[in-house]
Amino acid sequence: MTGTITKDGSEIPLLEAEKLTKIFGTLKACDGIDLKIGTGEIHALLGENGAGKSTLVKMLFGALQPTSGDIAWKGEGVNVASPAMGRSLGIGMVFQHFSLFDALTAAENIALSLDEKSPLDTIAARAREIGQTYGLPVDPDALVGDLSVGERQRIEIIRCLLQNPDLIILDEPTSVLTPQEADLLFVTLERLRSEGKSILYISHRLEEVRRLCDRATVLRHGKVVGQCDPRTQTAASLARMMVGNDIHVIERLPAEWTDRIPLIEVNGLSQRPRGPFSVALHDISLSINGGEILGIAGVAGNGQGELFEAISGEVLQERPQVVRIRGTDAGRIGISARRKLGAAFVPEERLGHGAVPDMSLTNNLLLSRHSTDRKMFLTGGVLKLVSESSLASAAKRIVTQMDVRKSAENPDASALSGGNLQKFLIGRELDRNPSVIVVNQPTWGVDAGAAAHIRQALVDLARSGSAVIVISQDLDELFEISDRIAAMVHGRLSESVPIEAMTMERVGLMMGGADAAAGAA
Amino acid sequence: MTMFEAILLTVATAATPLLIAALGELVVERSGVLNLGVEGMMVMGAVTGFAVAQYTGSAWLGMFAAILAGAAFSLLFGFLTLTLITNQVATGLALTLLGLGASAMIGESFVGLPGIRMNSFYIQGLTDIPYVGRFLFGQDPIFYISILLTIGVAWFLFRTRAGLTLRAVGDNHTSAHALGVPVVRIRYLAVIFGGACAGLAGAQLSLVYVPQWVENMTSGRGWIALALVVFASWRPWRILAGAYLFGAVTIGQLHAQALGIGVPSQFMSSLPYLATIVVLVLISRNKRLTLMNTPTSLGKPFVPDR
Repeated sequence: MTGTITKDGSEIPLLEAEKLTKIFGTLKACDGIDLKIGTGEIHALLGENGAGKSTLVKMLFGALQPTSGDIAWKGEGVNVASPAMGRSLGIGMVFQHFSLFDALTAAENIALSLDEKSPLDTIAARAREIGQTYGLPVDPDALVGDLSVGERQRIEIIRCLLQNPDLIILDEPTSVLTPQEADLLFVTLERLRSEGKSILYISHRLEEVRRLCDRATVLRHGKVVGQCDPRTQTAASLARMMVGNDIHVIERLPAEWTDRIPLIEVNGLSQRPRGPFSVALHDISLSINGGEILGIAGVAGNGQGELFEAISGEVLQERPQVVRIRGTDAGRIGISARRKLGAAFVPEERLGHGAVPDMSLTNNLLLSRHSTDRKMFLTGGVLKLVSESSLASAAKRIVTQMDVRKSAENPDASALSGGNLQKFLIGRELDRNPSVIVVNQPTWGVDAGAAAHIRQALVDLARSGSAVIVISQDLDELFEISDRIAAMVHGRLSESVPIEAMTMERVGLMMGGADAAAGAA
Repeated sequence: MTMFEAILLTVATAATPLLIAALGELVVERSGVLNLGVEGMMVMGAVTGFAVAQYTGSAWLGMFAAILAGAAFSLLFGFLTLTLITNQVATGLALTLLGLGASAMIGESFVGLPGIRMNSFYIQGLTDIPYVGRFLFGQDPIFYISILLTIGVAWFLFRTRAGLTLRAVGDNHTSAHALGVPVVRIRYLAVIFGGACAGLAGAQLSLVYVPQWVENMTSGRGWIALALVVFASWRPWRILAGAYLFGAVTIGQLHAQALGIGVPSQFMSSLPYLATIVVLVLISRNKRLTLMNTPTSLGKPFVPDR
């Protein structure tokens, strides 16, 4: 570890933030945050969604301006006015979302973030070289839209390393990786640390923070609530610091069913890609009995979204028997007809897909259930008048059942936080007691408390006799609730493995496309 | 001048305004802005070019004034959509209506006046080469500008750093902003460039094509230019091909009508539009290529978070 030493021998931190505050309107996203990052350390930044992590790093990187507070870089006060200035100081950022351009090649993407104006060929050659040095292979001429999420992340990291930064900020880097890919990333990060670079590592995966990081700063509601050496903590103690109280543990009774009747079946589903960035599906078959939960693991972009659309009826199949719901061929009928067979669907994207952002909760409720619960919500015979009172009472029931926290009586969907909206959307479907439910990424971007609530509700539904499919990138979640786990890779679905026989390593191999039998051997 | 040469020249004259206006709009749309006001900016260019040429007696000054008028008019669009974040579609439509109305008012006193034509080049020897001499070496300056503009736009978009940045802004303005790219400034520049091109295209109509002023003289060419951009999958060379196809069918059907083919003239007049769209639809059938080139943030307002 090589730090800058002052005259009196004390070490100056690489970056020191003092009383950083950012106010949006009336919301204090960051409230007097102090943060010190030393040279050659991997510093974890922990906190739930909305704790202020993203706002904090955006201020460090220059993408946002603090309302008040100071930042010192290598001992000198700086005002990071723009991302370009952050880069010139030596602060690099690897974003979690929204930072690559799909229609451009890898080399073009890299060129955009470099301040010097080198020819593309030179940049491509340097990207290859850095990729080789740090174990991050990429093809500079590939279009980013065609790449897997893991490959995109490599481009982001290479892009960052080409600027030769002293501090690298990584925002939830492993949320999109298989466990094996994550291991490779850790090797890269440890190598960078050994070269004296500092890393600010944002994550809510506590096990990897404990394994990788030298220090941790925990945020809650925009304030620093603790600093610790994560290696001396347990995952539970870190979680308690993040959330402020203990996390509800999912109760899962062993699955018991007398008659094994498949409630939902997919038989030989194959489908060509529907757009340039869409994935083809190859011969997918699955069958789920009442009472059980099938977890579908996989790195994003391996066909999970396409599978969901095929099951929900957003994309119809040529042969009706490809999708069977409660024994009825449903491959050629639409979403409402499938709902009427007793199925329910919760898509991945909450705003714009699961709910109309600018419509109230009751209207969103009506949109998904106007056909299945026509008698309840529509009155006046052929006039089909909307019964506001029964909608309001149903919404109220869902809100109570799922513990949805909202600021107004009947707010717009977009006014709810991600976790609360997700609770409402899942509650909207559970309220019908569906015999089949398919949920894509049930707790993505949802804080730990709400996630536990959602998982418990799904487990309870299955135990009451329904068939549940959960598509998720969060392996811990799948292990927590599934009875069987299968993995999707390149549009194919692996055999499902009973949870008792499943290990983290095996699911990782399945997600990487290795033969499932390899894990058993 | 042979018949062949005459046809070649008239095709180029018919294609040039479309080519210039569409190239301008291509750059605008590549930056993620949809300006439906091309027709309005074009007609403003046409009337300004004609008026300035009348007062000064110089077609060249008229052309420069038209470019400035188009740019100024587009600046209004830019201010409304980029600074005040108004709806781009509605604002563009309003710009077209405003342009048609304002140009009719400005141009009222010019109706029927003989215009000033921009002279074609004549180079001893070269222009006299049989068949292609006039086409290659004997046309008006705006024709040459249009060809240079095609090369320039293609080179700028796909070979320069600035073009890469512009395409990045059109693909994903949030990411571009996060990288520190000045999204709004780039869009302003693109919109002004598009306006200048539309103004120049208008000047070609009133100084070269039919050197006079007629109310609503663009007669839908701005809309065709807009369609060309889309069907050409936002690629400059395809715009050139589409514009010349349109020009060729326009001239071809005129000759066919003159020969007295027994087809209703209305149908013949609509042929250029039909043919251009059919051909461009056919070549843009490669969905992957089209989507690859479609600016993803097209028409979406950008509001940076502070």
